[in-house]
Amino acid sequence: MEKINFDQLQEELYHEKLSNGLNVYILPKKGFNKTFATFTTKYGSIDNNFVPFGKEDYVKVPDGIAHFLEHKLFEKEDGDVFQQFSRQGASANAFTSFTRTAYLFSSTSDVEKNLETLVDFVQDPYFSEKTVEKEKGIIGQEITMYDDNPDWRLYFGLIQNLYQNHPVKIDIAGTIESISHITKDLLYECYNTFYHPSNMLLFIVGPVDPAKFMDQVRDNQEKKDYKEMPEIQRKFEDEPIQTAEQKQVLEMNVQTSKCLIGMKALHVDQSGAELLKNELTMNVLLDLLFGKSSKNYNQLYNEGLIDETFSYDYTQEQGFGFAMVGGDTENPDKLADQLKNMLFDAKKGTTFTEEQLDRAKKKKIGGFLRAVNSPEYIANQFTRYAFNDMNLFDVVPTLEKITMEDLKSMASEVISEERFSVCQVIPKK
Amino acid sequence: MDSTTEKIIPMQGYKLHVIETDKYKTNTFVWKMKAPLTKEDVTKRALLPQVLQSSTSKYPTTTALRSYLDELYGATLFIDLAKKGEYHIISFTLEIANEKFLSDTTPLLKRGFELLSEVLTKPNVLGNAFDQDTVNKEKRTLKQRIQSVYDDKMRYSNVRLLQEMCKDEPYALQVNGEAEDVEAITAETLFDYYNKAFSEDELDLYVIGDVKGDEVKSLADDLLKFEERTPKKIVNSEQQIKDKVQEIKEEQDVKQGKLNIGYRTNIIYGDSDYFALQLFNGIFGGFSHSKLFINVREKASLAYYVSSRLESHKGLMMVMSGIDLKNYDQAVGIIRDQLEAMKKGDFTDQELVQTKAVIRNQILETIDTSRGLTEILYHNVVAGKEIKLEQWITDMEKTTKEEIIAVANKIKLDTIYFLTGTEAVK
Repeated sequence: MEKINFDQLQEELYHEKLSNGLNVYILPKKGFNKTFATFTTKYGSIDNNFVPFGKEDYVKVPDGIAHFLEHKLFEKEDGDVFQQFSRQGASANAFTSFTRTAYLFSSTSDVEKNLETLVDFVQDPYFSEKTVEKEKGIIGQEITMYDDNPDWRLYFGLIQNLYQNHPVKIDIAGTIESISHITKDLLYECYNTFYHPSNMLLFIVGPVDPAKFMDQVRDNQEKKDYKEMPEIQRKFEDEPIQTAEQKQVLEMNVQTSKCLIGMKALHVDQSGAELLKNELTMNVLLDLLFGKSSKNYNQLYNEGLIDETFSYDYTQEQGFGFAMVGGDTENPDKLADQLKNMLFDAKKGTTFTEEQLDRAKKKKIGGFLRAVNSPEYIANQFTRYAFNDMNLFDVVPTLEKITMEDLKSMASEVISEERFSVCQVIPKK
Repeated sequence: MDSTTEKIIPMQGYKLHVIETDKYKTNTFVWKMKAPLTKEDVTKRALLPQVLQSSTSKYPTTTALRSYLDELYGATLFIDLAKKGEYHIISFTLEIANEKFLSDTTPLLKRGFELLSEVLTKPNVLGNAFDQDTVNKEKRTLKQRIQSVYDDKMRYSNVRLLQEMCKDEPYALQVNGEAEDVEAITAETLFDYYNKAFSEDELDLYVIGDVKGDEVKSLADDLLKFEERTPKKIVNSEQQIKDKVQEIKEEQDVKQGKLNIGYRTNIIYGDSDYFALQLFNGIFGGFSHSKLFINVREKASLAYYVSSRLESHKGLMMVMSGIDLKNYDQAVGIIRDQLEAMKKGDFTDQELVQTKAVIRNQILETIDTSRGLTEILYHNVVAGKEIKLEQWITDMEKTTKEEIIAVANKIKLDTIYFLTGTEAVK
């Protein structure tokens, strides 16, 4: 077990890579009641084309299967794992993203037992035809719920505009039609390929004794018989640099229009320190361009084009990435035009002052301190960073090194007509 | 649970609550203003904090104010409105980094406190009116916020349930005020209301973090002083007892139906059976091991979400679920059966033990966050009680099956609201 110190933050992190390949991290948090643990596989909605474990050819699986598997893992022959967690005073949950599926619990007592339950239930699948069919009704309602949600439709509409081939454009839960093709055998095939310990990460944060918990996890894993796993082969179709659509307008049962603009990322082959720097630079750039203290925000707010729902975000993972800016608006076309102009002005070399850059960095550093108050943030983000070969605790030092030149070259390179797109939701006539 | 010791210090015109803990990397201030919920004031109360947080006399534009917040290591300042029983609560939250985790030594606690004081007591005012331009912009934002409820069908159907269920009670009012009352507010009338609120509301300041009580008190002495007042207490209005269950169906272009059911619990925070009610809710619908989740979702496959929650100061319980339009009768039937089962005591000791464990866990987890802790402690201000957190847990754990059955028999179904699609109504 190695110990990593973060002096400025006054935190310690413990790490061990077990013999079956599982990475385990433990971050003790004094003074907290709660222990929070996530057990995450590097497997999400985009992993729909791969060579199944023990086979030789690529298969394409139905949209939404990673999320379906997440639901089904909670059900066992003798009942529901939620029941067991709640008997042990824990609250359990799970989520599926584009690139990860995470199982988690939090509890303030019986932590050892809950940890054992978490690791064991994820490593012991039970799928039957009957329970798979039953789940289709439940997930069907989850899909319909999102269908009625204008913010979700707007978000996915924009991703679909940006991407021509990459599976990031597929809704994480799939469609009612696509999940109808899911069978227990397909679930096992995905499970056996992606749930090997060497593709997973366990993170524990809370008032715990690291050595004791590490021993517990090691003992648990040594009792299980995992064969060595070859590297997982995943396939993604080539994605052109250009967007699929420049604009899409969705008519929905709403009273307020919505407008989101997006930029498709470049350099999506990055990982590690390079990705971290790129991601943070883009975030600082967006803060300077659209943050509440920016000239642009002030102008848009004064003109009545945005309200408190206005937001912006940048995401980048292996193979895809996008910046998004927008929110509710009385005039979706005018807002789209203005946002576009603001971006392209930045491309031309709109300059920020050193003072503004300094302030933007301070804001991000304080924001990071606030975020590490949260055990959920630490566990989820650390895992995401680790899967991309980055370290969450490098955020502050990396931020401090961002220069004006970095911002300028980012703006001039990334902002481009062919990677720009607009999605709007407007009231149905 | 040592971090929950709350020092309450009477100050001029308000109470200061200090919670000293070293578990956070930031310090948090929460300023709360409480007044009776009335049609006359609710919309002004929604607008007021928006205007206050957008500029001050020293930082006369949003850009200036927000730049200063960024300068303070991205201190966050946000406002929040809530209904607690028939009170309307305004909260200002300011969270700021603790400089001991930075290489910089700016005294951030003090700067943060000064800024909060500036926002509350030195608004951007000309004569006897707020800045006209700010008020106009914030009126527009408020209108949009009220209107946006319609677009979020889960929230919309909850609002509609309360409007129908509590028709002639203040609780039917929306937390963000009423759209038709926004326009009439002027920079002058809002400024009058500002003076009224700061002289009549019940005011509380919570400071949570690695702070010293004495230091916070001396800062508070310097920075915040108001007139002494006796806060207005209200008695919950007469509940409108309905002869029979009210059923409302509303048609809209939606794919999923939203089923929201309202009950009168006849129990509020501070009542001797309040913790039995918490357990009732836990067994009935509060969690993923509860009867609603098991029967509506896991057994009948009718829904993705189905749960119940309590409104502790008004005495309401609300069930919410999203279902296929054609499954209305079946879902309502199953939900009604679960209440009947509770009334008959048809739940096991295991369900009881399980629910106690989960609620205990929920309380302990909630107080791990400064916000959660503030909300739990603030229940006492709203109810005028002094229930210690330890007592929450011991009283809850002592509760017996018989007490829960007694609670179940006090609960009355009041209104069933269904937001249904246009194609399903025949």
